[in-house]
Amino acid sequence: MDPMHATVIPQPDAENYLPAQPVAGDLNEQLLGTDFWTDEMVAAAGIPIIDVPFVSVGGGIGSFVTVDYLRIGGVPPEQIRVLSALDHPWQTYEYLTRVSQIPRGERLRSDSASRPDNIWGFPSYGFVEGFKNPKIWWQLFTEPIFNDYYTPHAGRAFRGMEREASRIRYNEMLAKGLVRIIRRRYGGGYFSILTPPEGVTGTKRVAFRSRFVHVAVGYPGLKFLPELQAYRTENKDYHHIVNAYEAHEHVYERLMTTPSTVLVRGGGIVASRVLQRLMDDRLLHGAQTQIVHLFRTFINGPNDGNGENPPSWFMRRRGADGWAYQGFNYPKSVWGGQLKRQMRKLEGEERAALYKRMGGTNTPYRRYWQKQMKTGRQQGWYQLMIGTVDKMEPRGDRIVNHVRTPQGIVPVEVDFVIDCTGLEADIAEHRLLKDLLEHGGAGRNPVGRLDVERNFELRGTRSGDGIMYASGSTTLGGYFPGVDTFLGLQVAAQEIQADLAKHGFGKRIGPFRSTNHWFKWVAGSQI
Amino acid sequence: MLPTLNGRIQTRIFMLATWGALITLLITPILPNDPDYKTTYIILATVAVLGVIWEIIYHLIQQFRWEKDWPTLFGFITCVNEGALVWLLLELEAIPGIDGEVPFSTFVIDFMVIWVVIWLWVNGPMRVPLIRWRFFGGRII
Repeated sequence: MDPMHATVIPQPDAENYLPAQPVAGDLNEQLLGTDFWTDEMVAAAGIPIIDVPFVSVGGGIGSFVTVDYLRIGGVPPEQIRVLSALDHPWQTYEYLTRVSQIPRGERLRSDSASRPDNIWGFPSYGFVEGFKNPKIWWQLFTEPIFNDYYTPHAGRAFRGMEREASRIRYNEMLAKGLVRIIRRRYGGGYFSILTPPEGVTGTKRVAFRSRFVHVAVGYPGLKFLPELQAYRTENKDYHHIVNAYEAHEHVYERLMTTPSTVLVRGGGIVASRVLQRLMDDRLLHGAQTQIVHLFRTFINGPNDGNGENPPSWFMRRRGADGWAYQGFNYPKSVWGGQLKRQMRKLEGEERAALYKRMGGTNTPYRRYWQKQMKTGRQQGWYQLMIGTVDKMEPRGDRIVNHVRTPQGIVPVEVDFVIDCTGLEADIAEHRLLKDLLEHGGAGRNPVGRLDVERNFELRGTRSGDGIMYASGSTTLGGYFPGVDTFLGLQVAAQEIQADLAKHGFGKRIGPFRSTNHWFKWVAGSQI
Repeated sequence: MLPTLNGRIQTRIFMLATWGALITLLITPILPNDPDYKTTYIILATVAVLGVIWEIIYHLIQQFRWEKDWPTLFGFITCVNEGALVWLLLELEAIPGIDGEVPFSTFVIDFMVIWVVIWLWVNGPMRVPLIRWRFFGGRII
């Protein structure tokens, strides 16, 4: 296939719509059982084929930044399709941040120069915000030594993406629907099978035949702590036991009217945000909530992800009061400096070991949170516990948690449990990823996610002259660590775009093209 | 910034050879006490040469930081130690090619204008022409 040729939408005819098919254009056993599909097999199943050189599956921020790079690299919208169930790229992200207590008006945990709407990261969010509030410039100058890291409001990030989406004509590239199968095509390239919303197309499925595929489907799903899951299922109680990533506003509403006790589990950013919400409601709006905060691992001093005590002078993270403190999801240099370079060279166990060393649950040190927690500890309504929960049982409307502590098992009776541990499900829980592992040639990396090359090509999935790429959280554990972050998605997008340009799809973004497009970005010119 | 040692040195030399050279060209005629181009360009070259040693020291300091980053503030305040060393060498007349005394005001204005412009540039606009620079530890090539 010529990578630059324009989209061809075949007209439905007898060849594509065989009258013998029981359901028009659906997957059949032959297709499901075959790793490489021929054009004839797809046509025989009555599935219409749409030709487009590049397809990005997912349609979240990962697809968005990749497509943004490609458009700046000169690829016209007709040659790109984003297959997605989402109406706009930040939809899932906004949902997750909102329920985990970062609505549009609150600040994300993201660096000033990590802008999904601007591949250059200049002007940074903070620089722009400084025009309204010059104190921000001082914060940028003194962070993180004399100030907290600057982080942008969630709303600022979403508004920026909205502007950029319209500038790069994102909606023209969007094809709505779900993709659960991508198979290699006999003769090169891939078939991505889209299930559009009912009634939109004449057939149940539509096949996108493309030379290149990009997979950015995000988190495969959430996993609950086993004891929480067991309690919820046995007692059919989805009201008192909630995960921070599901809508749980009813908890805060109840706390405003009835003095109650809440057990918060976890020591990461989500736990911090949930605590802030609970404490804000108490300190500013008069709630009478008692908070019990359960840490599995209690950090109280310098630490690293290995739990070495004391850690090496050269890998030593701050910590206190249970928390490990770190500005962003990873030590900052994974996005461009020393740790990025170091990880890029490591394989197998060595790579997994460095991941572990710089990992471990952590949260940023924010002066406001420190003040709240200190007040809570002094006044006795914020209590810390260390341990794990052996068993949970109902007592009237309340829940008794049998907490295993170093001092023995302690029963803790509470009204609500908010799980902020943020466990992620295995990638095979996602139907598309499972299919890629079983039929697409994809494999797992040393930490169990999708194994990608340094240029984010999905290892083992080559199909003739076709290449499949993957980015985002499903590729965590690769040569580049910060994949599941704004900036990480851009690092991946840059690698993917450069590789595609080498294969003749789009142009290399050199200094001239880059600067030229930056001026277009500033002017807001549609491209 | 998130530099590697190689990236630090490359950025330093590249910036002094571009912005540094250009600013020196423009600023020398308007500096107080009327210095000649030879003096100001030798000062620039001294900052570049000593800078390579400084970058190695900064890289070592960076190893004690968990994040392995180099905060914006550090990039600015290192003008103090670097400027002081060059000034000391000027006072001791230890820099080859510079004859006679360079007045303090001449040196400070020359040094600081170049420093501030380069510091501002690498903390933002640099990313516009060179989109790979920030993801590769500050390497130019």
